Amino acid sequence: MATDVITIQQLDKHFGDLHVLKEVSLMVQSGEVVVLFGRSGSGKSTLLRCINFLEEPSSGVIQVGDLRVEVGPALRARREKIRQIRERCGMVFQEFNLFPHLTVLENVIEAPCTVKGEAREKASKRAMVLLERVGLAEKAKEYPIRLSGGQKQRVAIARALAMEPDIMLFDEPTSALDPELIGEVLAAMRDLARDGMTMIVVTHEMGFAREVANRMVFMHEGQLVEEGPPSQIIGSPADERTRRFLEAVL
Amino acid sequence: MASVPITVRRARDALEARTARVPYRVKLALVWVVIFVVLAVLFLSYGFDTDFMLEWAPFILGGTGITLLVSVCSIVLATVLALIGALARLSKNPVINGVASLYVSAIRGTPLILQITFVFLAFPQFARFAPTYMEGAFLLPAIPAGILALGVNYGAYMTEIFRAGVQSVGHGQIEAAHALAMSPTQTTRRIILPQAVRLVIPPTGNEFIAMLKDSALVSFIGVSELFFRASKVGQQNFRAMETLIVAAAMYWLVTSVFSYFQAKLERKMARGYVRETSHGH
Ligand SMILES: Nc1ncnc2c1ncn2[C@@H]1O[C@H](COP(=O)(O)OP(=O)(O)OP(=O)(O)O)[C@@H](O)[C@H]1O
Ligand SMILES: [Mg+2]
Repeated sequence: MATDVITIQQLDKHFGDLHVLKEVSLMVQSGEVVVLFGRSGSGKSTLLRCINFLEEPSSGVIQVGDLRVEVGPALRARREKIRQIRERCGMVFQEFNLFPHLTVLENVIEAPCTVKGEAREKASKRAMVLLERVGLAEKAKEYPIRLSGGQKQRVAIARALAMEPDIMLFDEPTSALDPELIGEVLAAMRDLARDGMTMIVVTHEMGFAREVANRMVFMHEGQLVEEGPPSQIIGSPADERTRRFLEAVL
Repeated sequence: MASVPITVRRARDALEARTARVPYRVKLALVWVVIFVVLAVLFLSYGFDTDFMLEWAPFILGGTGITLLVSVCSIVLATVLALIGALARLSKNPVINGVASLYVSAIRGTPLILQITFVFLAFPQFARFAPTYMEGAFLLPAIPAGILALGVNYGAYMTEIFRAGVQSVGHGQIEAAHALAMSPTQTTRRIILPQAVRLVIPPTGNEFIAMLKDSALVSFIGVSELFFRASKVGQQNFRAMETLIVAAAMYWLVTSVFSYFQAKLERKMARGYVRETSHGH
């Protein structure tokens, strides 16, 4: 039986008066690909960002592997746990967020060298393998400014993978891309899923979801409304709100 | 213009036609030369004492070294203070931020000449509160006092420049660094500062050029630099025109040289992160 690598319990998040996440609970098993979707402003990004504490939850529990973090003061022990969670969760952003002053290769080895103290040479060798995998080995010495959006996003994926994470979080990785560049990024993600990576993906690419996801979760106004395998969610959604949303996207 | 007489207009057109191939910059330089020659003729015909000027020029120009020394030391101190100040101004810690904002506000709100005099004349009064072995620290000689005051003053102004540089680094990159498990310190050192430094080098060059001129203010506490020597010799001999022109020429030369390199640096920095790339177009 596969084990849960991510457990989210009773997660609440407020931004001032705005109640963005309402008692969200979600479990993700090792090797599972979960697609999270829903209207703009429903809280998808916030949920994802709470998992690696880019956003501090208002209440609730986040557990990644054996690292369990509850809401509380930023004590040293808690900060260290959060750091370890971040090592285990790679994240890919809509806007790529590459480091413009570093070459592609330097972007990829930055965290392994700085955070884990890995030797540059060894990290570079691993980085080249990862860049090869996303089809960008020949761009290793380029600066990000010289890359297309699709190439940037693939570098961002390689950069996250360089930390050897157990889980990958994707926040609308193809939304900022021209339509003709979406395919190459989705291909890299598909490849990753095939290798058994645990993934939570926020996306509205229903074709990708149908093909790659084990489970789809529909989010509405800060709550997880409905979940199930893609065939069921896309084919015959039970909830009225899911159905209306899907009609609008498909 | 209609009011220009026809003959003048014709002459001008003819001149323009004949010099059309001369580069604009050469024309500019010619204008400068002409102005210099006219001024020189005027000065010489009105009793300008070139012998006196040549006699004292070596002594006056001997102050250039001190001017440069004070400026370089001050800009180094200012850079260090501005870096600390900028990071402190961006800190969420109210004590650190409070100290830094008070520093910037107080320095920017008072005259530089007062600050220089303060360090030189008012600091020694603190000496009586200090243990005997530390009294010396408050009795600064003129040059260190001037450097301290100029550095602290420019540091306050440059804090804002450096802060803008740090803030220009996109929030997304900082989040990406955090998501990669980099600590705030690592993020600052590896991601924010390298980009901020690049951005603040040109304005820091500008500050240095301004500093070269503002350093003349340390003459008020008796530092024997370029302006001090020129004004002293000029006053004593009622030949201020001669001596001040010598000093002015030197300031001008030095700032021009640094402006030249500054402009080059600025162009290089503006090129962005596209150097050392594999294709060469
Ligand atoms: N830092 C913040 N401060 C205040 N409000 C925020 C902040 N971040 C998000 N919000 C608000 O929280 C709500 C949920 O935002 P979130 O970004 O999680 O939505 P989303 O589902 O990812 O939307 P999208 O599809 O547009 O990315 C929105 O109303 C948003 O305005
Ligand atoms: Mg979002």
